[in-house]
Amino acid sequence: MELPFALAIGVLVAGAVYMLLARDLPRMLVGFVLLGTAANLLILLAGRVGGMTPPLVAAGMAAPGADAANPLPQALILTAIVIGFGLAAFALMLIVKARAVLGTVRPDEMAAAEPRAGAVSSPPTPPRALPPPRREAA
Amino acid sequence: MQALLAAPLLVPLATACLAALFWGRAAAQRAIGMAGSLVLLAVAALLLREVAAGGRIVGQMGGWPAPFGITLVVDAFAAIMLLITGVMAVSVSLYAMASGARERDRAGFQPLLHSLLLGVCGAFVTGDLFNLYVWFEVMLIASFGLLVLERTPAQIDGGLRYVMLNLVGTTFFLMAVGLIYGLAGTLNLADLARLAPGIANQGALAAAGMLLLVAFGAKAAVFPLFNWLPAAYHTASVPVAAIFAALLTKVGVYAIIRVWTLLFAHDVAFFGPVLGAVAVATMVVGVLGAAAHHDVMRILSFHIISQIGYMLVGVALMTPLAIAGSVFYILHHIIVKANLFLLAGAIRREGGSFALARLGGLWVGAPLLGLLFLVPALSLAGLPPLSGFWAKLMVIRGSIEAGANLVAAAALLVGLLTLYSMVKIWNEAFWKPAPEGAALPAPAMGERAASYAPIVALAGITLAIGLWTEPFARLSLVVAGGLLDREGYIAAVLAPGATHLAGVVP
Amino acid sequence: MRPSLILRTSAPMLLWLSLLASLYVLVRGHNEPGGGFLGGLVAASGLLFHAIARGPEGVRTLLVLHPVQLSALGVLLAATSGLPAFLGPDGAYLTHLWWFAELGVTLPLGTALLFDLGVYLAVVGMAVAIFIGLLEWKAARAAATEGGE
Repeated sequence: MELPFALAIGVLVAGAVYMLLARDLPRMLVGFVLLGTAANLLILLAGRVGGMTPPLVAAGMAAPGADAANPLPQALILTAIVIGFGLAAFALMLIVKARAVLGTVRPDEMAAAEPRAGAVSSPPTPPRALPPPRREAA
Repeated sequence: MQALLAAPLLVPLATACLAALFWGRAAAQRAIGMAGSLVLLAVAALLLREVAAGGRIVGQMGGWPAPFGITLVVDAFAAIMLLITGVMAVSVSLYAMASGARERDRAGFQPLLHSLLLGVCGAFVTGDLFNLYVWFEVMLIASFGLLVLERTPAQIDGGLRYVMLNLVGTTFFLMAVGLIYGLAGTLNLADLARLAPGIANQGALAAAGMLLLVAFGAKAAVFPLFNWLPAAYHTASVPVAAIFAALLTKVGVYAIIRVWTLLFAHDVAFFGPVLGAVAVATMVVGVLGAAAHHDVMRILSFHIISQIGYMLVGVALMTPLAIAGSVFYILHHIIVKANLFLLAGAIRREGGSFALARLGGLWVGAPLLGLLFLVPALSLAGLPPLSGFWAKLMVIRGSIEAGANLVAAAALLVGLLTLYSMVKIWNEAFWKPAPEGAALPAPAMGERAASYAPIVALAGITLAIGLWTEPFARLSLVVAGGLLDREGYIAAVLAPGATHLAGVVP
Repeated sequence: MRPSLILRTSAPMLLWLSLLASLYVLVRGHNEPGGGFLGGLVAASGLLFHAIARGPEGVRTLLVLHPVQLSALGVLLAATSGLPAFLGPDGAYLTHLWWFAELGVTLPLGTALLFDLGVYLAVVGMAVAIFIGLLEWKAARAAATEGGE
């Protein structure tokens, strides 16, 4: 089972790196989600893929069956998924906000925090008017 | 004792929840926040009193014994960090009562601040690698919220840079956790410390260590992972920038020191030069960045980076004196740096700007502010008899004794350049005549008191550490002894009979 | 775009159905898959349906509390559930205490149920806060583009 898992992790990381290198925040966010998935698969693989039955203790028993899966990676991954989901949701809200306030989702077009020229930082420029979304405009 | 151990987590948690329950009622939130900060300070002081001699308080959450459950450990290092977190919480809560308090509190400043403190305290007391990841995330989410509190374009731009880098950094942390779990089969730090020297595949362990270094280093803003910090910090409001400058990067440093003294102490031959090179590069690049900028907040942001380098010297050399120097440095730096950011806020209130070109004449208008600025500024540069002098002395002496003369030379040179940029702020903001432009109306007396009180108190602590160094230095040596005593840590956490499984539930 | 008549009429029924299901999932979590997190998500999906049919304001009035307050209440409840452990002999935080009520059937009650209930509330609060934010942003944007044309 290790080889297909390792290959899947490799493909996911490759895709994640490709997306993270894009100069466009929503794509970078997709890259982060892919990278998180790769990390979760890595944890699953690190916990040894073996048993396929759920690690639940049946009624009247004191321990789960011998071929039960390792529960710890599952607990870790569940936690990591919840956290990753929360972070991605927050980042998405921030990107939406950035599009409304800064008018762009491309980091190299944003210059509010670090003005390009001039040592003296000017007061922040007033927010640009909301550009009409492309879909409605077409 | 068990209640005291859980208290550094429960107090900020309860404070954040209670403040959130009073959503939209700024005054009540502020009172709850202040009370929570004071209780946190008291709890931390009690904990430090218990472990100041070098003991450890260990607890297993839910009664699950050590390698299986989540362990909380408070030793002298954790206790001292908790105490300083408490001091920062009180100072920032007090300062946040000054200008802009109402708008800030309506946006949810208090619940977010205490969630941040929860994450910070959790990272200090946990004895489990995955739990450390969880606390990092708690801290991260709260810091995202705090950074974009006012929703100005600059904050959203800076916040996005901060968010994107940290998202990738935490994923690296998660991958390192996965690799280490695969190698050792445990994530309890004490258990890992016990097993790490015997792991057959040391190369894979070192690879996981490098991943961890990237994750913690991104948090601590070391070279070459520091770019997010000067891009983001100067956009935050002053109390937020102060608490970030004081605590966020230091949690990264704390994690590096904690994990490297436990997991990688047997591999100093590989990690020593790596960490040493990172430390020197961080010092030099940070201070050069500070020398090149002309905005108070940016200069201070770059100085955070520069000073992080000093704190890594101890863990690179792994000698008692060098580690004690790092610990002393962290202590001194948190207080001085938070104070400088609070002072930057006061400078803007008196002078109307953060940009040095628009400031001037403050020595005439606000001489008290000038005197207060000199204390942390000169301490940061390392002039005797202030706290920074002793901190630098311990680090430099530790490196010379360990034979790392290059590190010592870099530390001295960087101190000189630090003095240069502090003098630059002094000359521009206080000494030179005020530029043309309308002066701001003087702030109200009550507001001024709320913003000056923490500045005076922190300057007092800086002076006290400088003039009365002995107990602080001795405490740092106790901390260093505890950090290098791996066997003691392992024995304390994995002690048989310390806990027993709770009765099996039918 | 106004939601259809069918959606508006069926939304309240579906809301109560999903809330009931969420409670079942919450209690089932004692010994089987389920629990506060899943239950909270099921409840939140019902509320989301309600918000689509009746608008975010409908959910706000239904919840009484602000979503952030709901989450805070939940987290506080979960944190409090660990406190009775300190009363025990060598109780560590979050060691759950159990009380088996004999009411004809044995009813396993414990502080762990309180913890799950806290998680449930926290998840509902967070999910509602996120989707109300997105729905209101969408409504504001729609209004802005209509005004511009």
